Amino acid sequence: MANNKNSTRSTSDSSTAPRFSRRALLKQAGVASAVALGSSAPLANAASDHTPPTGNSIPVREAFETLTAAESETLDAMVDRILPSDANGPGAREARAVHFIDRALAGYLSSQRTTYALGLLAIDTAAQTQHGKAFHLLAPAQQDALLQAVANNEIDGFASTGAAFFSLVRNHTIDGTFSDPYYGGNRDYIGWDMLGYPGVRMGASPADVRDEETIAPSHQSAYDLPPFTKQPVGGA
Amino acid sequence: MAEQLQKTDVVVIGLGAVGGVAVLPLVSAGLRVVGLEAGSWLSTRDFAPDELRNNSRDWPQSVQKANQEVPTSRANESETATQGSGHPMMNAVGGTSLHYWAQSWRLSPWDFKVVSETTRRYGAARLPADSTVEDWPFALEELEPFYDKVEYALGVSGIAGNVQGRLNSNGNIFEGARAREYPMPPLRSSGFTDMMSDAARRLGWHPFQGPAAINSQLYGNRPGCLYHGFCDRGGCHVSAKSSTAVTTIPEAMKSGLLDVVTHARVMKIVTDSNGRVSGVEYRRGNDTLFQPADVVLLASHTYENSRILLLSTSGDFPNGLANNAGQVGRHYFSHHQGAPVTALFPHNLHNWYGLPAQGVAIDDWADDNFDHGDVDFIGGGNLWVHTNRRPMSAARMSTFGRAPSWGSEWKAFIMQNADRSNSSYIQKTTLPYESNYLDLDPTVKDRLGIPVIRITAEYKENELKIAAFTQDKMEQWFREAGAVEILRSGLGRAMGPSTHAYGGTRMGDNARSNVVDRHGFAHEVPNLGVLGASVMGTSGARNPTLTAQALAWRTAEHLAQNWQRIAGA
Repeated sequence: MANNKNSTRSTSDSSTAPRFSRRALLKQAGVASAVALGSSAPLANAASDHTPPTGNSIPVREAFETLTAAESETLDAMVDRILPSDANGPGAREARAVHFIDRALAGYLSSQRTTYALGLLAIDTAAQTQHGKAFHLLAPAQQDALLQAVANNEIDGFASTGAAFFSLVRNHTIDGTFSDPYYGGNRDYIGWDMLGYPGVRMGASPADVRDEETIAPSHQSAYDLPPFTKQPVGGA
Repeated sequence: MAEQLQKTDVVVIGLGAVGGVAVLPLVSAGLRVVGLEAGSWLSTRDFAPDELRNNSRDWPQSVQKANQEVPTSRANESETATQGSGHPMMNAVGGTSLHYWAQSWRLSPWDFKVVSETTRRYGAARLPADSTVEDWPFALEELEPFYDKVEYALGVSGIAGNVQGRLNSNGNIFEGARAREYPMPPLRSSGFTDMMSDAARRLGWHPFQGPAAINSQLYGNRPGCLYHGFCDRGGCHVSAKSSTAVTTIPEAMKSGLLDVVTHARVMKIVTDSNGRVSGVEYRRGNDTLFQPADVVLLASHTYENSRILLLSTSGDFPNGLANNAGQVGRHYFSHHQGAPVTALFPHNLHNWYGLPAQGVAIDDWADDNFDHGDVDFIGGGNLWVHTNRRPMSAARMSTFGRAPSWGSEWKAFIMQNADRSNSSYIQKTTLPYESNYLDLDPTVKDRLGIPVIRITAEYKENELKIAAFTQDKMEQWFREAGAVEILRSGLGRAMGPSTHAYGGTRMGDNARSNVVDRHGFAHEVPNLGVLGASVMGTSGARNPTLTAQALAWRTAEHLAQNWQRIAGA
């Protein structure tokens, strides 16, 4: 039970939104190699999450709780540049940092909803002004240059400053990639595997903290551990 | 109109680290005790290994009363105090002892005699001119039996360096003599801590594993630590941490004499026409209740202790209870425990599982353990390195100038180095000063419209010189261990809100410069006792909790032994 993949939210739904499928082909190789690298997650499961829709399948669209469609596209492109998917494996996009942020904006981070709305609009407006395209459609080098301009306070329109907004999104990209999958990010333990973090567990042996040993990743959420779940109801 | 409750012998305000200890000797003496606690009971099931919830979102602290009354803070009177976002205290049965690091030190002999020992060894001119520091009214030897009682009642692991004068170089050879060994051996070492111990020995220093109120093995009915890595800001998921919530409080409840009242928000300590306290007024939900008692023990956190006294005004005490000498809020200081040194190593440290209390200490540069003839400060710092790492904070590691802060190069850096850095924890002698104090904020109020406490305090030259000196030693230690990069943080200035907060109700024989007497009872109010680090006049170079707990036990025992006189019964 403790390692029941189905009980973590991160793997309980399949995500292949149309905007995602365009890049999915490009990213597939990276994701697959990351799974092979460190993950003991069932390959079939991971593969099904990332395979673009074929002619006969019905794409499952993921809803956002707070972000608009345009905001989600801009933010997804932004987190992908902050912590990119690259030759070293998947990044914040594949970890679904955007879904973590989207959900947090409905709850714990609700006071920052306007900051996000203004910030993402400012970035997309600058992209349109400079390149005549939405931010998420720019080439990676163009996106990087624009984000650097944001971080340098060279773009207007933010709730406070561009630097503050960039720092905020960077922080939440880290949270969304490396926090417990229960919160909607760190999908398939992409974040924890990236750092070599062997995962949450009830305890660690002396050998687990000695360099002669290598620990296999636990690949479980804190809420897969029986004491912290609601199952079984009335359990000890 | 407050509802009048049935009278009890003693009311304890706050069932945390110190109130939770004091109740045990009280009920053991047959006294009836009502414990008023602003928070609730929490259990092992509330302490999931969840970095976002515990460390980032500050659960369980974030939902507490304390966070509606966060102190405001300013460095000095030329500034306007501003309010931060989190309170260092938390509200729950067990209080801060649920989520603290549980390092459980005794102060060193020097800490009790800073004035006389400095004068004797270096001359009175070496004492910082604007410091209000005094010798404690007693020496370490007076407190030793109470340290011992608390260590055994709670369960503290460690290795003694001085048992009745016999030194053991595996322990702290600089500590004062203790009657016997710790009840448990120290927490286990790790590859990293062994590496650091070896490096310290090569430097000719004296490394040892520090003491912790965490079981290293089965103690009573509680298991040993499982080292899962979520001790910092989290309660223990198996109750291996010796919080009062799982030790002295349940033990005291067995007597049937302790009534624990949760969700009780204390508004005021009430005095009678004789200038004695008669009980405590508190709110529970929308109800206001009055709990009469013969004796009141104020056992909240340092900030709230001063705040409740300053808010408890009456005809006899127009400036706050026990404050006719104007000493409530004075001699405040928060521990200088910042200004860390951070190191990068060329190999993994395997620090993903462990806890802040599992570490190695160096006391060679603390207190008066070295000759200060060639330096221009008094006191020193305890150097501490420990295992403690989680993924969200690991990803936020410094890049040491070796990579940008975002993009593919950053990603490659954190992938390689997430388990290769370590940051020291250096606690430094911190003194009270005339210009550092607590009072009620003139404008900022809590949700009930009651002023919050205001901190006006900054570190002075003595603290900053210790910080620079100990950073040198720390860098030397890390480099000896093989560090390839070193970062030294700024030395600090303002004393913001801190878990290590001292003073405001200082203990001393002089009623003109201290709020409580040598037994912990108010000079001006004989049946009011104060518990906590708020009575401590010096910090030492180590965590305050065990000392505050030993003092609490001592005050409670003194009350029980002198009940007729103090209670006026």
